[in-house]
Amino acid sequence: MKLNNTDALNALKAQSLSLLKNRHVTSPVTIKDAQGMPRYIMVCGGTGCHASNSPHIAELLEKGLAQHGLSDQVKVLQTGCFGFCEKGPILDIHPDNTLYLEVSTDDIEDIIEEHFIQGRPLERLLYKDPHTEERIASDLPFYHSQLRIALRNCSYIAPEDIREYISADGYQALARVLFDMNPTVVIDTLKKSGLRGRGGGGFPTGLKWDYTRNNEAAQRYIICNADEGDPGAFMDRSILEGDPHSVLEAMLIAGSTIGATHGFIYIRAEYPLAIHRLEIAIKQAQSYGLLGDGILGSDLCFDVEIKYGAGAFVCGEETALIHSIEGARGEPSVKPPFPAQEGLWGKPTCVNNVETLANIPPIILKGADWYAGIGTEKSKGTKVFALAGKINNVGLVEVPMGTTLRKIIFDIGGGIKHDKAFKAAQTGGPSGGCIPTQYLDIPIDYESLASIGSMMGSGGLIIMDESDCMVNIAKFFLEFSVDESCGRCTACRVGTKRLHEILTKITEGEGSLDDLDKLMQLGKIIKTSSLCGLGQAAPNPILSTIEYFRDEYLAHIVDKTCPAGVCKSLLKYNITEKCVGCTLCAKKCPTSCISGKAKERHVIDQERCIKCGACMDQCHFNAIIRH
Amino acid sequence: MSMCDNPSTDDHYHQLDRYIDSLHYKKENLIGILHYAQELFGFLPDKLQLHIAQKLDIPAAKVYGVVSFYSFFTMKPRGKHTANICMGTACYVRGAEKLKEEIEKQMGIKTGQITEDNLFSLDSLRCIGACGLAPVMMVDGKVYGRIHEPEEVRQVLEKYRPQG
Repeated sequence: MKLNNTDALNALKAQSLSLLKNRHVTSPVTIKDAQGMPRYIMVCGGTGCHASNSPHIAELLEKGLAQHGLSDQVKVLQTGCFGFCEKGPILDIHPDNTLYLEVSTDDIEDIIEEHFIQGRPLERLLYKDPHTEERIASDLPFYHSQLRIALRNCSYIAPEDIREYISADGYQALARVLFDMNPTVVIDTLKKSGLRGRGGGGFPTGLKWDYTRNNEAAQRYIICNADEGDPGAFMDRSILEGDPHSVLEAMLIAGSTIGATHGFIYIRAEYPLAIHRLEIAIKQAQSYGLLGDGILGSDLCFDVEIKYGAGAFVCGEETALIHSIEGARGEPSVKPPFPAQEGLWGKPTCVNNVETLANIPPIILKGADWYAGIGTEKSKGTKVFALAGKINNVGLVEVPMGTTLRKIIFDIGGGIKHDKAFKAAQTGGPSGGCIPTQYLDIPIDYESLASIGSMMGSGGLIIMDESDCMVNIAKFFLEFSVDESCGRCTACRVGTKRLHEILTKITEGEGSLDDLDKLMQLGKIIKTSSLCGLGQAAPNPILSTIEYFRDEYLAHIVDKTCPAGVCKSLLKYNITEKCVGCTLCAKKCPTSCISGKAKERHVIDQERCIKCGACMDQCHFNAIIRH
Repeated sequence: MSMCDNPSTDDHYHQLDRYIDSLHYKKENLIGILHYAQELFGFLPDKLQLHIAQKLDIPAAKVYGVVSFYSFFTMKPRGKHTANICMGTACYVRGAEKLKEEIEKQMGIKTGQITEDNLFSLDSLRCIGACGLAPVMMVDGKVYGRIHEPEEVRQVLEKYRPQG
C-alpha cells in the first residue's frame, strides 16, 4: 500500500492507533481491571535479552496463551531494548504495566496462570528493591532519572511492524518537513535546538547540514554512521534494533533538506540482528512509498542502501568510512576537504551518527525550544550511555545532558557490584579517559568531560572498582589502539606501539621513573601529530590514568607491586601460618613448586612459581595469600 | 588458467560470478563481494582473491590490500565451528582474560588457531554489545553469557562436539 499523501499517512495512523491503545494509559490499571481488556506482552528483543533466549520465551508464551484460549485477547510482541539489561530477559505487560525480570522458559506456565488467569502478579519475578526488599511491579528506580528521547520507541513498539511506528507519530516529522517547512527553516530548527553529533565529536548537526547543502553539486549523499566500534558500547545497535524507522525518517529529512537522493547506512557486520531489523524496515518503508520516488506525493526521491563494515574500528572516522563504502581500505584522509565539501565519490556528503539521527524527528515535531530546554548551556538534549563493567545495573540509560556521574552510577546503576569501592569511570572507550572519584559530581557534557581529560565519545561508560588495576586498563586500551591503528600515519602506527611497550614493561615490574615522563611526552606528541581522531585520542587513557592514578604507576615502578593484584608478574603467593599441611596445594601445583611435609606448613618456591593461583583456589583454610 | 579444485568449489566460483554479474556497481562493491565470497568459501585464499581481481578488472594488490586491512576477512581456513571470545572492555573487566585462558586450555590451542581435528577455530572480537551478560563467548553466532567456571565452558563446547 503506497501512501501518496499526508492524508493517507494520517489515515493509516488513525487506523493503527488501536495497536497502541492499551499500551500507553494515563491512569494506572490494575491487573484485575485489565482482565477483560486487550492486553500485550512486550518481550525484550534487544541484544542482551535476545542472547538470553527471549525469542524462544516469546514463542512459548504464544503457545501457552493459545492453549488457554487467550490468543485473541493477549498479543505477544518483540520489542527493542528496555535498557535494564542486567535483569534480562524482561517482559512488560500492558495495560497494567507489570515488568517481569530475569524470566526463563520455565516461568511461562506460572506467568500465564498467575497473571492472566488468576489476575494477580507473579511476585517472584518482580523487581526487588535491594534496600527495602519490597517487590515493585512498575516505575522502577532504574528509570526514575532517565529521559528517553532517542530511545523513545525502544521497548514501546514492535520494530518489525511499520504501522506501530506510524501510530507512534512516525513519519509525521517527515510530512511536516516536506509540506510545511523549507530547508532553511529545518536547518535553523536544528541549529536552535543545539543538537550536536552523538558519535563523539560533538559537532553541531545543523551546521553540518548547512555546509553540505551549501556546496554546489549535482549529487549529494547522506550517510548514517552505524559503525559502533567502541568496545563496551551498544547504544546505536539498540536504536537500530528497537526503532529502525526513526533513523530512516531522519535520513529522509536530511535528504530532503540537503538535497540528496541517496543514503547509506554503514553498519558493522557483527550486528546481525540490527541488520535484519533494518532490512525489514527498509522493505516496509519502500512498500508504503516512504522510500523511493515521489515520497508522500512530494517531489522527494530518496533511497537507502545498507553497507557492511568488515571489522575496522578506524572506519568510525568519517573519511575512513567513506573510503570503505567506496570499496577501499578504510584509511582516513586529511581534512580539509571535509566530507561536506568532497565526500563519497567526491560529492558533498553528510555523515551523521545513529543516535544523532534518532533525535531529529522529535525535534522537528516538538520544536527547537523544547529540545534546547533540556541539558546544559552548550550541550543540549539527552545522551544515551551504555553502562557496563562493575556495576549492579548494567544497561542502556538515557539521561539529560548535565546529569552527574554519581546519579548515573549510584541512582540508576544501583552502585558497584558486590559492595566494592568505586575507583573510576571510563568514558569514550579507547579514545577517552578514566574519571576518578573526585569528579563524580560534575555535570556531564561535552566540555566538562574534555576539561578533565576524557571525552563524551559515543557513550560507552565502563565502571571500575578497587580490584581493577589502572595501569593494566591503560594497557588494555593501548593494545586496542595498536591493533586498530590503520597504519597510515607514523605518529599513530609507531607511537601507540611504543606506548604499549613501555606500559608492558611497567606491568612486568621492569619500569623506571623515566618511563612516566616518556609516556607523557610521547602521548602528547601523538595527540598533536596524528592524522585522525583515532591517533589523536589514543593516548588519552594513559594520560588520564597517569594524572589521576599516579600512585598506582609508582607502586608498579618503585615498589614493584600491583595494588589491585592484577599484574601477574608483580604478584607473589605465600603460605601463612594458617596452613595445616593438608598437601592439597602441593598436589594441584602445575609446576610442583610447593613443598612441605604432611601436617606441616608448606612453602612456595618463588623462583619456580608461575603465579597461576591454582593453590589459592584450592586451599580450604585461606592459608594462601596473594600480594 | 583453471581456478577450480573440485566440483563443489567449482560451483562456488560459478555462484560467486553470478552474484558479481548481478551487481550494478562492481568495483565499488568489493567489500560486499568479499563478504559474499567468504560466506561461500569460508575464507579468502590467494587464488580466490586473484579470481575476484580478474573478474572486477582491478589489480590483485588492491583486493589483497582490502582483505588484509579488515579483520573480518580471513585468508586462513576456519574450523567447522567458530568460537569467539568477547574482548570488549565490559567483558575484560568482568574476567574475559581468564575465560580466554580456560577456553584455550580446553581446546588446546591459542586464540587465532584451529584445533587439530578442525572442529573449532578460536578468535577474539571486540564487543558484541551483550555487556549485561559479561563475560561472553560466542559459537557460530550464538551467544553464551556469564561464563565463569571451567565446567560452564566445557558444557558449551560439548554441544558442538560430535555425539558419541
